[in-house]
Amino acid sequence: MSMSAHTLSLPKALVTLLAGALFGFGLSVATMIQPEVVLGFLRFQDWGLMLVMGGAAGLALVAYKGFPRWFVRPLLGGQFLTQPAQWNRQTLVGSAIFGIGWGLSGVCPGPAIAALGTGNTDILWALAGIVLGGLVHGLAARE
Amino acid sequence: MTLIDTLFPLGWQHYLLGGLTIGAGVALLYLFNGWVGGMSTVFSSSWSWVFHRPFFQQERFLNSRHWRLVYAAGVVLGALVWRFAMAGGEPQHTNVPVWQLLVGGFLAGYGARLGNGCTSGHGICGLGSLQLPSLGAVLTFMGTAFLTANLMRLA
Repeated sequence: MSMSAHTLSLPKALVTLLAGALFGFGLSVATMIQPEVVLGFLRFQDWGLMLVMGGAAGLALVAYKGFPRWFVRPLLGGQFLTQPAQWNRQTLVGSAIFGIGWGLSGVCPGPAIAALGTGNTDILWALAGIVLGGLVHGLAARE
Repeated sequence: MTLIDTLFPLGWQHYLLGGLTIGAGVALLYLFNGWVGGMSTVFSSSWSWVFHRPFFQQERFLNSRHWRLVYAAGVVLGALVWRFAMAGGEPQHTNVPVWQLLVGGFLAGYGARLGNGCTSGHGICGLGSLQLPSLGAVLTFMGTAFLTANLMRLA
């Protein structure tokens, strides 16, 4: 079931690339690619990040709640997948650690990837850290 | 000074416009492909090509590893377009010290994967699908991030 839902046809690949491009362009327009701006939010100097997250989550809400009602299946086939989040110790501890890293660097995964496009070589240190963090997590996981 | 100027000393329009553009990308991926576009899973799923440990070989990573990499390439492309279309093509810089970027990045990567989501997975997609666990995750990482960023300023 899930295999066909994930099949990456050429049209789906192009849409995925475009969706990612909108994501990266939006992050850049919103200056979330600048750690200084993110740290300014975390230090209560500028509340812009709330508008970024609010605007993005607002549109996502319309998409996740609306599309499955208005369309039988995604326009390029497959099915509307859901990704249920769970509240458990891992979510709590993981999110707490994520926040410490985010507050230390001002960089989260999206902007770290975007740095490859903006040419911000400084942030590649953060990207390397995230890549390594994902690896260590997977190697240490018992699953 | 008005309240707007106090809350948003650098202006507010670009924040909202950027956020809506991010949301449009997430919505597009769902409308055409049916996929939930958080950003941090790619940092687990891509390792499945290198390591054969059972953790990395989970179906949820194998199924989505191709499109997640294309999605990440799209983010790079979008940032590249912004750089040359709107920022004069100059490479960007940050003054955050290297050790903070590296150590912070490591903790952010480890924590996002342990907690199954980051600012986009829990913040945008999770809140966008009205999931309470994601609200808990967002409040948790906002809390520790506020604390860390302010302690670092005092240090």
